Amino acid sequence: MIEVLETHCKLVYLKAMTDLDKIRNFSIVAHIDHGKSTLADRLIQDCGGLSAREMSEQVLDNMDIERERGITIKAQTVRLTYKAKNGETYVLNLMDTPGHVDFGYEVSRSLSACEGSLLVVDASQGVEAQTLANVYQALDADHEIITVLNKMDLPAAEPDRVKSQIEDVIGLPADEAVAVSAKTGMGIENVLEKIVTTLPAPQGDATAPLKALLVDSWYDAYLGVMTLVRVRDGVLKKGMKVRMMATGAVHTIERVGVFGPKPTAVDQLGPGEIGFINAAVKTVSDAKVGDTITEDRRVCDDVLPGFKPSVPVVFCGLFPIDTADFPALREALEKLSLNDSSFSFEAETSAALGFGFRCGFLGLLHMEVIRERLSREFDLDLISTAPSVVYQLTMTDGSKRNMHNPADMPEVTRIRSIEEPWIKATILTPDEFLGQVLTLCVERRGEQIDLTYAGSRAMVVYRLPLNEVVFDFYDRLKSATKGYASFDYQIDDYVEGELVKVSILVNSDPVDALSMIVHKEQSEYRGRAICARLKDLIPRQMFKIALQAAIGGKVIARETISALRKDVTAKCYGGDVSRKRKLLDKQKEGKKRMRQFGKVDIPQNAFLEALKMGDN
Amino acid sequence: MPASRLESACAPNAAAVPLSLYIHWPFCVSKCPYCDFNSHIAGELDEAAWLRSMCAELEHMARIAAETLSTDKLRLETIFFGGGTPSLMPPKIVSALIDKAATLFSFANNIEITAEANPNSAEMKQMESFHSAGINRLSLGIQSLHNEGLAFLGRAHSVDEACNALEQALTLFDRVSADLIYGLPEQTAAEWQQQLTQIIGFGIQHLSAYQLTIEPGTIFHSRTRAGAILTAEPDHVADLYELTEDIAAAAGLPAYEVSNYAAANNQARHNLTYWQSGNWIAVGPGAHGRITYPHQQKRRHFRLRRSPGGWLNDVASNGHAIEEDRIEAACDMYEEYWMMGLRLVKGMPLTPPFFAPDIALPGSVFCLDAEWQARFCKEGWLIEEGGCLKASLQGRMRLDYMLGKLLG
Repeated sequence: MIEVLETHCKLVYLKAMTDLDKIRNFSIVAHIDHGKSTLADRLIQDCGGLSAREMSEQVLDNMDIERERGITIKAQTVRLTYKAKNGETYVLNLMDTPGHVDFGYEVSRSLSACEGSLLVVDASQGVEAQTLANVYQALDADHEIITVLNKMDLPAAEPDRVKSQIEDVIGLPADEAVAVSAKTGMGIENVLEKIVTTLPAPQGDATAPLKALLVDSWYDAYLGVMTLVRVRDGVLKKGMKVRMMATGAVHTIERVGVFGPKPTAVDQLGPGEIGFINAAVKTVSDAKVGDTITEDRRVCDDVLPGFKPSVPVVFCGLFPIDTADFPALREALEKLSLNDSSFSFEAETSAALGFGFRCGFLGLLHMEVIRERLSREFDLDLISTAPSVVYQLTMTDGSKRNMHNPADMPEVTRIRSIEEPWIKATILTPDEFLGQVLTLCVERRGEQIDLTYAGSRAMVVYRLPLNEVVFDFYDRLKSATKGYASFDYQIDDYVEGELVKVSILVNSDPVDALSMIVHKEQSEYRGRAICARLKDLIPRQMFKIALQAAIGGKVIARETISALRKDVTAKCYGGDVSRKRKLLDKQKEGKKRMRQFGKVDIPQNAFLEALKMGDN
Repeated sequence: MPASRLESACAPNAAAVPLSLYIHWPFCVSKCPYCDFNSHIAGELDEAAWLRSMCAELEHMARIAAETLSTDKLRLETIFFGGGTPSLMPPKIVSALIDKAATLFSFANNIEITAEANPNSAEMKQMESFHSAGINRLSLGIQSLHNEGLAFLGRAHSVDEACNALEQALTLFDRVSADLIYGLPEQTAAEWQQQLTQIIGFGIQHLSAYQLTIEPGTIFHSRTRAGAILTAEPDHVADLYELTEDIAAAAGLPAYEVSNYAAANNQARHNLTYWQSGNWIAVGPGAHGRITYPHQQKRRHFRLRRSPGGWLNDVASNGHAIEEDRIEAACDMYEEYWMMGLRLVKGMPLTPPFFAPDIALPGSVFCLDAEWQARFCKEGWLIEEGGCLKASLQGRMRLDYMLGKLLG
């Protein structure tokens, strides 16, 4: 049975089940901007997945924000049919993966569903930090790697230099690297041939009990909950009763399909195949990513290893500027979390910012993406607090707890120790900027692990406390290196640190949104900086404003904003009353954007600006 | 109108409702760069049409007042010719309007009839006719006693002209007021003190001293937006304000309103009508009038068409140029009561007089924010005394801020 799910989709005959040796499953890994998605598009086009007319640039990056920023957030899958030079027709399953570290969990899922990877390297830029991180992940997943040198059409392309870099830095043989230009189409055929000839075919037993990996799940407005699966053994068919082994839930398969790249129904999926199923699953959370799917009446013996759950590492508070938007913000977060279970949120109240949510993200880019989607797709004006990491507290009574928000820090006397997350950061930079990069790392309490050269580029590996990175490390790195450095990191471990909470007080009232956890040595400097900054940001008022930074009860920095003495309309007669009324009404309107601290009103905007200061 | 003619119009009637009349003359010789009042540069003027129209609108206003107040026993307490530049008004029109008013209303014995005037020789020549027409109080827009100050403010007159005008006015009129503007960039306290002393020295009974503020829609506003600094430092302006109050009081003209200082019995009664939420009607482009319905806790608020040409057309076809005529709710009256009333040094009764005791108060809308009121009293900015609430000098300086809190 063939069912085409979208009427505008061209009717394609798909063979019911493909022989194992005619299947190749592969991912594409690359540094951001090295042309991964463009290459994917080109492969789709060459295999006839979409006509030229249907091709919009980077079809796999569905979200506007993905296209605009040239990043892939959500892994995407496409099934291609390729008639190879040997006359055989192959089914190629391509999984486009996010390049950014924040979405590393998506990468690892995709990798586990494939047997090989295309490593795409920009022939002019060479190896970058994310190239490394992603290729190591692919090697860890036992992938066969095909090296692709992209952007060969550029005059600046230096294939020989980049090849030797790949050999030096990554340690992969590069002599057989395929030279392509995804933009012009040059070399695409060679890539496809290489996939067929060098990548291993998947293995599996069609007669064994069903064993399929639940790779991903998301909500589609038309088709409901979509579950992406990779079949290992057995056959997945429409009407079959399947059991999710981790949750124990049993569902009847309503539809089996593949992405070509449009969703297209097929009869069944056999071993080695990648496709989707629709079952009567109500919410995405019911389809647990990493779970093993088996047949209810013929259960397989063991479960697949699954994935490490993604854990939010960066937290920030999101508050609507207009307090009336709080319910809308909740709804928006709920909607977003339908398709991105990797971020968390819980309601939070702040004296300074009102009602909002404490949200957890996989990293800074993830945080930015969510924030931007909230403002763009849901039209919400938000204030976000400074990002914070998760601290592990050991209390004097021996108990342990996690702290996501500096405002939640218990009394110091009850804390025995605070541990903070450290990362292992890899930075690749042209060697002329090496000095600045090292200075930045040292300023941020970094510890050098490695420093190597490959041609004119240096690779620096540092251990850094994540809380020093979440502020503005990446921005500073970019400006210090004129944008030439690339940066990637992975969470390393938790280490005890001399950390203190710096509170900011306005007329003796603490402003929760501005409190921060910092290393003791930097606390005074940071306290002074934020007080000075606030002094510039808060307009003078009718009452004196005292700004203080304090650790516990000890004031470490202080600024005073002197009071204004005059605020009165000079002329007010019969005809002026209406104007004066308008002024008063405007004053009332403005109050909505103010937060009252005792006798003084602070424009919300001042907090926002103060929070933006990052780390100056 | 000569005194004798005026007297015949005065038929004192204790039961009559007091009322003020504002007459707006919207034309100026030139537009001052700080002024946001409804003023226009006059071209050829059809005097007869203006005379006819202003009289016609005055008649209409008399009807409105009688209808709203449910009585035709109306007593004019004050008339005020404002602008624009009313000293440019043909005296014939001034005279005709006062005469017309006398036929429509009774006049209080001590009716105050004020005109604003520019202190230049040409306009001062007219003042004799103004006096004969019945004007008994002159308010002179001196603005500065320094030629640099006058030039900065874009005034056409010189200091000499201003001084002559003051002397002339004082011989002609019983009551003379002068306007000054302070807070010009780089104005020193000594210089301001000298101006104040000099102007009070002429023997005026009333002084208006206005802080220079930048109002939207003025030339100064666009210059400020372009980066020009056209006012003194806020802290310095506050000093100048306190200084004004000291000097005026010492010279026998204590402050009675935020920007107004007067000798005993010489306060501007017309303006007190505004500040005390009294009743007034208005004639001329862009003017506003307010009349409180007796015993109903609501007020009628009307506004006349702003553009002179449009106003003339409207009056020609409708007998008036009312563009907006609406009923203000009690809560708006209450807000205005404090917005205007707290400007007065003596303050206002805590319970507004329009809260008739026989009508139940609709609750909490009609109270000031108690927490802020207490806080301001504690600061010494507000004073509660004998059933009245008033602002101290320090309070009057911060009145807009306080109103925002008290009425927020």
